[in-house]
Amino acid sequence: MVSATSSGTPYYFVPHPSKWPMVGAIALAFFGFGLASWVNGAPFGPWLFAIFIAILAYMMIGWFGAVARESESGLYGERVDVSFRWSMSWFIFSEVMFFAAFFGALYYARSIATPWLGDLDHRSLLWPDFQATWPNAGPAGVVEPFQTIGPWPIPTLNTALLLTSGVTLTIAHHALKDNRRAPLAFWMLVTILLGFTFLGFQAYEYVHAYSELNLKLSSGIFGSTFFMLTGFHGFHVTVGAIMLSAVLFRILRGHFTPQRHFAFEAAAWYWHFVDVVWLGLYVVVYWL
Amino acid sequence: MSAVLDHPGDHAHGHAHDHPSGWRRWLYATNHKDIGTMYLWFSFAMLLVGGVNALLLRTELFQPGLQILRPEFFNQLTTMHGLIMVFGAVMPAFVGFANWQVPLMIGASDMAFARLNNFSFWLLPVAASLLIVSYFVPGGATAAGWTLYAPLSVQMGPGMDLAILALHLMGASSIMGSINIITTILNMRAPGMPLMKMPMFCWTWLITAYLLLAVMPVLAGAVTMVLTDRHFGTSFFNAAGGGDPVMYQHIFWFFGHPEVYIMILPAFGIISEVIPTFARKPLFGYSSMVYATASIAILSMIVWAHHMFTTGMPVTGQLFFMYATMLIAVPTGVKIFNWVATMWRGSMTFETPMLFAVGFIFVFAIGGFTGLIMAVAPLDIQIHDTYYIVAHFHYVLVAGSLFALFSGTYYWIPKWTGHMYDERLGKWHFWASMITFNITFFPMHFLGLAGMPRRYADYPMQFADFNAVVTIGAFGFGLSQLIFLWMVIRCIKGGAKASDRVWENAHGLEWTVPSPAPFHTFETPPVVK
Ligand code: HEM
Ligand SMILES: [Cu+2]
Repeated sequence: MVSATSSGTPYYFVPHPSKWPMVGAIALAFFGFGLASWVNGAPFGPWLFAIFIAILAYMMIGWFGAVARESESGLYGERVDVSFRWSMSWFIFSEVMFFAAFFGALYYARSIATPWLGDLDHRSLLWPDFQATWPNAGPAGVVEPFQTIGPWPIPTLNTALLLTSGVTLTIAHHALKDNRRAPLAFWMLVTILLGFTFLGFQAYEYVHAYSELNLKLSSGIFGSTFFMLTGFHGFHVTVGAIMLSAVLFRILRGHFTPQRHFAFEAAAWYWHFVDVVWLGLYVVVYWL
Repeated sequence: MSAVLDHPGDHAHGHAHDHPSGWRRWLYATNHKDIGTMYLWFSFAMLLVGGVNALLLRTELFQPGLQILRPEFFNQLTTMHGLIMVFGAVMPAFVGFANWQVPLMIGASDMAFARLNNFSFWLLPVAASLLIVSYFVPGGATAAGWTLYAPLSVQMGPGMDLAILALHLMGASSIMGSINIITTILNMRAPGMPLMKMPMFCWTWLITAYLLLAVMPVLAGAVTMVLTDRHFGTSFFNAAGGGDPVMYQHIFWFFGHPEVYIMILPAFGIISEVIPTFARKPLFGYSSMVYATASIAILSMIVWAHHMFTTGMPVTGQLFFMYATMLIAVPTGVKIFNWVATMWRGSMTFETPMLFAVGFIFVFAIGGFTGLIMAVAPLDIQIHDTYYIVAHFHYVLVAGSLFALFSGTYYWIPKWTGHMYDERLGKWHFWASMITFNITFFPMHFLGLAGMPRRYADYPMQFADFNAVVTIGAFGFGLSQLIFLWMVIRCIKGGAKASDRVWENAHGLEWTVPSPAPFHTFETPPVVK
C-alpha cells in the first residue's frame, strides 16, 4: 500500500481499516448515556457505565496492542516518530489548559468572588456577618463548618514521593539508553510503586477530610475547588501510572531499543506533566 | 508552485484490502478522503436538523402571540438550534474540508493518525444522538441557550446532562482532530514546501487547531463544573456557597470568543484560495495574511468579556475589553484589504465559488462592523441580548462561515467527484441564498435597535411587521439550501468530466492529481519546486 524504502519501512505508515475507533465510539456512547442516567438516579445507569469501562478497556488493549505490534515490526519510520512526538506534546498542552480552567476558577473565587461577596453592598443588604476571608464557607450559612488541610505532613510527603518518582523514572530512562534491561525494569517498577503510594496517601487524606474534618465536595467553594483540583490531579496520576505500567509490561516482553522507545518517553513526559501540576497544587491549594 | 508526480493513484492495483468496500469502508475508515466525506455529510445533515429547528422558531415568531409552540419548547429549540449549528454543522464541516484538502494541498499520503481521525469523526454521531435523545427525556432538551449560562443550566432536567456530555464528546473529537491536523501540517509537508509557502487554507487551519487545543479543554472544565454543581453539591456558580454565576460566564467566554474565530479562520483560508484563482493573480500580501491570522488568534484570547459588559464589570475592565476587541478589527481589515487588492486589476470571472467569495466579503464586512459597534461598551449595554446581536452573529456565521463553506464546496467538488457541478444551479443557489439571507437577517438590526430582546417566544405588536418579513426570508433561505443539496447529488451522479486542474488558474498540489482524486495520493511525496 505504501511505497517502501529499501529497509522495508514505508515512507509514512498509513494503517489498514481498523475496527478500534468504532469500538471506542460505541464505548463512549455507553459513557454518555450511562453517566447521564446514573447522575439522574436511573437504576441501569451504573450498568451502562460499567459496560463503557469494559468496552473501553477492550479497545485500549486492542488498539495500543496493534500500535505496539506495528512499532515492533518496524513499520514506523522516522516521520512517524516525529508525528508521535508532536502529538504527545500538544495533547499535554490541552491537558494543561483543562487544569487551567480549574486553577482559574480557584483564582476567581479567591480574588474576585470572595471580596465581592463581602463588599459594602452585600454586607448592608444581604449578609452582614460574612467575613470575606479564604477559606470561607460561603455567605449564606448553607455550608456546615469544616476544617482545611495544611501542607504538612501528607501533601509534603506526596510532593517528595512524586519528585522522587521523577528521578527514578529518569534513572530508568538512562538504563534504557544504555541497554541495561534489569535496572530498567527495576526502576520502572519503583516509579510505579511511588505513584501508587501517592494515590494511597491521597485516598487516606480524602477519608480523613470527610470523616474528621467535615471537609466535603459540598463544603462551599473551598470544598469544590479543593476536591476538583486534587481529584482531577489524582485521576491523572492514575492514568499516568497505568501508562507506565503498560510500558513496563512491554519492557518485560523485550520491546524498545536504546534508540527507539517513544512509548516510554511519552509516558515519561506525561508523568512529569502530572508532577508539575502537583507542584502548582501544592503551592496554591495547600500552602497559600 | 508546481509539482512533479510519479504515477499518482496507481499503487492500489492488486491490493484489494486498500479499497475497502461496503459498510466497513465507512465504519472502519482510515482514509482521509472517506473520513472527510463523512464529516461533510454529517455536517450537512446537522445543518438541516438545525435548520428545521430554526424554521419552527420562525414560524412561532411570524406573528405576535403564541401560535404553535409552548414557550418552554421554544427555548429548547433556540438552545438546540445554536448547539447543533455550532458544534454539529459549522465546526465539523471545516474539519471535513481539512481532511479532504490538507493532505492534498501539502502533498501528504494521509492524515498523520488515520485511525484517530476516524475516532474523532465517529464521536460526533454519538454526541448528536445524545443531543437528539435529550428532546425526549423528562423536562425535554436543555433550554439554557447555547451558552448554557449558570444558574439556569444548574437547574434544568436530565436533558442538560445529556447536552453536557455531548459537549464533552464533541470537545474530545475537536481536540483529537486538532492534534491530527497540527501534526499533519508540521510533519508531513512535501519536501520543498516551507511553512511560509504553504497554501493559506493550511495556515488558517494550523492556527485554528491551536485555538481549539487552547480553549476546548476550558469548555470541558466549565461544563464539568456545571455537572458537579448540578449533582455533586459543589458551589462553583452558587453565591450562597461562596461561588459566583458570573464566573461561569468568564470561563465560558474564554472558550466562546476564540470559538467564534475557530469558526471563521478556516473560512478566511477558503476565501484566500478561491479569490486568487478567479482573479488570476497570486494572493496579495501572503505573509501579512499569515501574521494577520495569527494576531487575530492571539487577540481573540483576551477579549472574552465583551460578551459581559452588562454584568457589572469594573470600568477599567470594560475599557480594556473594549479596546482589545476593537483592536481585532485591524488584522481583520488587513485581510479584507488583501482580498480586495488581489482582485484589483485581476482578470476576474464569476463562477459560483467566486460569487460566494465576493458575496462573503460584502456580508461578512457588515457583520464585522456591527461587531465593532457592539464592542463599544456604552452602546453594547443598550443592545446586548437584543436581536441586534442575533443579526451580528448571523452575518458573520451564516454569511461568513457558511458562505465560505459553500464557496469551498463549489471550488473543490470537481476534484472530489470528478464532475463539474451545474453552474446554473450554483448561480441560483448563490443568488437565492444571498437575497433571502439579507431578507432574513437585515431587519433584525432594526428590531434589535428598537429593543426587541432575543430568545423570547412572543413580542409586542410594534415588532410584528419586521418579524413577518424575517420569517418569510427564513423559509426562503431554508428552501434555497435544497438547491445546494440537489447540485451536490447531481454532481456526484454525473456531469461534465472535470480536468485535473479544473480551474484555468488554479495553483497548488491538489490540482496535480487526477479528478476525482484517487483513493490514495502522494504515497511518495511530490517534489515541490
Ligand atoms: C471584528 C470582529 C468582531 C467583533 C468586534 C465582534 C464583537 C462582538 C461582541 C462585542 C459581541 C457581544 C455582543 C453582546 O452580546 O452584547 C459579539 C457577539 C457574538 N459574536 Fe462577534 N465580533 C466579531 C466577529 C465575530 C465573528 C467572526 C464571529 C463568528 C464567526 C462572531 C460571532 C459572534 C457570536 C456567535 C456572538 C453571540 C454570542 C451569544 O451571545 O450567543 N463574531 N461579537
Ligand atoms: Cu466575542
